[in-house]
Amino acid sequence: MIKDQDYLKKIADICLSKSKKLGSTDASILVQSSVSENINVRNKKLDGSERSENLGVVLTTYLGKKKSSIASSNLKESNLNELVDRCIETMKITPEDEYNSLPDKDLHFSGLKDLDLYDETHLSNENKINYIKEAEDEAFSNNKIVNTNGSGFGENKSNFLLANSNGFADGYKTSQFTAYCEVVSKSNGSMERDYEYTSKRFYNDILKPKDLGSIAADHAVKKLNPKKIKSEKISLIFDKRISKNFLSIFASAISSSAIAKGTTFLKDKLNQKVFNTELNINDRGDIKKANGSRYFDSEGIGIINLDLIKNGILQDYLIDTYNGKKINRKSNGRASGTTNLYFENGSKTFNELIKSEKKLLYIKETIGHGTNIINGDYSVGASGIMIENGEFSYPVSEITIAGNLNNIFQNITLADDLEFNYSTNSPTMHVEGMIVGGK
Amino acid sequence: MTSLLKNSELSIEKADKIVSETLNSCDDGELYVEDTKSETIVLDDNKIKSSNYTSDLGYGFRAVTGDTVAYSHSNEISEKSLKNSSDNLKSTLKNNSGTYNSEIKKTNQKLYKDIDPIESKSMKSKIELLNNMNEYARSKDSSVKQVTASLLAEKKNIEIIRSGGELLSDNRPLVRINMSVMVEKNGRKETGVYGIGGRQDYDEYLKNDNWKKVCDEAFRIANTNIESKPSPAGEMKVVLGPGWPAILIHEAVGHGLEGDFNRKKTSAFHDLVGKKVASKGVTIIDDGTIDNRRGSLNIDDEGTPTERTVLIEDGILKNFMQDRLNARLMNTKSTGNGRRESYKHVVMPRMRNTIMLGGTNTQEEMIKSVDKGIFAVSFGGGQVDITSGKFVFNCTEAYEIINGKVGAPIKGATLIGDGPSSLKEILMVGNDMMLDPGIGTCGKAGQGVPVGVGQPSLLINNMTVGGTQL
Repeated sequence: MIKDQDYLKKIADICLSKSKKLGSTDASILVQSSVSENINVRNKKLDGSERSENLGVVLTTYLGKKKSSIASSNLKESNLNELVDRCIETMKITPEDEYNSLPDKDLHFSGLKDLDLYDETHLSNENKINYIKEAEDEAFSNNKIVNTNGSGFGENKSNFLLANSNGFADGYKTSQFTAYCEVVSKSNGSMERDYEYTSKRFYNDILKPKDLGSIAADHAVKKLNPKKIKSEKISLIFDKRISKNFLSIFASAISSSAIAKGTTFLKDKLNQKVFNTELNINDRGDIKKANGSRYFDSEGIGIINLDLIKNGILQDYLIDTYNGKKINRKSNGRASGTTNLYFENGSKTFNELIKSEKKLLYIKETIGHGTNIINGDYSVGASGIMIENGEFSYPVSEITIAGNLNNIFQNITLADDLEFNYSTNSPTMHVEGMIVGGK
Repeated sequence: MTSLLKNSELSIEKADKIVSETLNSCDDGELYVEDTKSETIVLDDNKIKSSNYTSDLGYGFRAVTGDTVAYSHSNEISEKSLKNSSDNLKSTLKNNSGTYNSEIKKTNQKLYKDIDPIESKSMKSKIELLNNMNEYARSKDSSVKQVTASLLAEKKNIEIIRSGGELLSDNRPLVRINMSVMVEKNGRKETGVYGIGGRQDYDEYLKNDNWKKVCDEAFRIANTNIESKPSPAGEMKVVLGPGWPAILIHEAVGHGLEGDFNRKKTSAFHDLVGKKVASKGVTIIDDGTIDNRRGSLNIDDEGTPTERTVLIEDGILKNFMQDRLNARLMNTKSTGNGRRESYKHVVMPRMRNTIMLGGTNTQEEMIKSVDKGIFAVSFGGGQVDITSGKFVFNCTEAYEIINGKVGAPIKGATLIGDGPSSLKEILMVGNDMMLDPGIGTCGKAGQGVPVGVGQPSLLINNMTVGGTQL
């Protein structure tokens, strides 16, 4: 069972009062409790089960502008006492940093908690196994699916309390239900793997098992017997599961820590045109039941909705207290990053997008870590499907795609097929003129 | 004899009893107890940005029968909690029963000292070191605009309690010193990253002002990249430098030779044992027994002593890397590759120090033989798709080769290839085998474990280079 707020509060109080007694001027603490149960199935047979119970505390103490942190999963009072001692000792000899402080009291969250982030549904292991077997059954009904890499179902429940010496103390429960199916297809000596994945706060919102299995199978079969193509400059269509990655890159490039240090290609771009004028990017934390929704960030600051890009123009950064001070801005509640980040729908349909040029390369998967936030260079491995005259023609693999994000962002056109499946969501994306490295 | 349960509410006798009673009807399993202390101190933007100390204690209880694994972990160490876990394991395996295999090799292997690297250097001197690194790096040139330096130390003590009361333990120190430098010149920004580390005290790595060399190297890489031109795109010959570029071996073939993917027949290598998979002269080993290396372990996380496992010998595939589960199901013995990130994670076959042994060619010969290609000296990260065999890497330092000579540095190049076929495309193996500086972390199924790599210079016939210059 996850611990209740009273239990978490008791731990928080022990640490906060001990810190105060030992001379810290301020302190903040996070106490978390979670229970997760996962089932793995492979080739329609139970492969494994995993149950985890986690309890942990993170304490940060301040002495004026000095700061230090400890974290522990051992919550015995004797151990906590020892760790707080250690935290205070380290804090005393750590150099001052003028930007260190607790968050602005005025920005603390206070209000209703009505976003529906917790589903108390509990699935027995038997039911989890049945769900996943049904998904695998469906995948195997495709005769080119010969094996699975494993499929799984996970249920996670957690509760936390965040408190600080300025009087903030709040927390809430969240849940997450996740299922994935990863299958292997084979034909004419070619072997490929692909997957489908679903993750929602509410059990009733996840994909139906048959859909999970059939989508995974379809992905894996469409990759079979790929060709390698010649190096060329070509426009790309990014499948929704890849196009959202550009939003994540954008988010790290406008984090206040990168802006303050100057380590981002979007430094000094506020109020400038970063994307094509048709594009809008929003970050909304208040969507009911959504994966990225939250009431406050990891500092206790209430979430406000941000229109980050309006008509292509950069309107705001993602700001926390510490880095906000460095750039003379107040926190906008993004110490834990973005919430539900998304591109607004474009004006073209999916079909219009794939028919917009005679020859397009549809990207379904990228691999590698080839994004350089500092200068915007982008180069990753990829696979996908060639589109000729608006028709999907043959799979392509072992290629690279490269460009610079400054140009890529300006050359994006979006379809009108946005869905809220993840915490970061994008419609299907067309990017004009990227360099494909192949034969 | 146990120390990790000493101060807990769970006595060793009670633990033994629950473990034996739970695992008696299973094929395998153990109680794994872990006590990890770690410390991270980061200097960023001219300030000590954070000092974090973490103390983590918990257990992972595993029962295995046939090919089904039941796992339960918690950081509440008590009889009640362990009993709950036991019930959970039994309910998963209720329809299966097995015969416990109590056989496990013994070792007195001592590859590193039982030291606590966190306590053996004072906080004051660690802060002073970071400040010195920052000042020194910034003093190298006025183009240095940003410096991040960090110190990471860890002491991980583990205990494995098997059915019948057998207890195995290992105390593992680990440190890492990292440096990242950003240089800005003529409106361009580039970074250089370098680090060192292993299973010894900080001071072993700081001898002879070694920290200055770490800063020098990070600056050199950043400064090289500031002069770089766009990378070419297309298929060409690639010369790999010695040492760290062996992460290509790790990704391209290492993962594909892990026992689990081969038992499940999802690896491109699963039916190739005894067959020629690489050019003649190519020998690849996975060695967990090198003194003080980041990827070395006295015993793996199932208690099996580590060893030097020959994977590919003179081009022929010899062995996979095994943990106990996959070894049993494939009728072979564990090679001591059963690893986990922590008590919160299940064991699986993982690499230790993966090394391609040296050959007879010189790097000079390799470069001379290339008309048009690239010379890759260092990589950032890599990734592989085990099933299709495709892998990628991002070069962090690379140069073009034109008419047998090393030319201008190139930026942001990605290399992509096919594991099984690129091994056969190795044309020359260098005589300059080198191990990496001790910085690698390998990710698999969401678990990160410290690893090492090593290789000599290599000439590979045909790889696809991903750049922006057609």
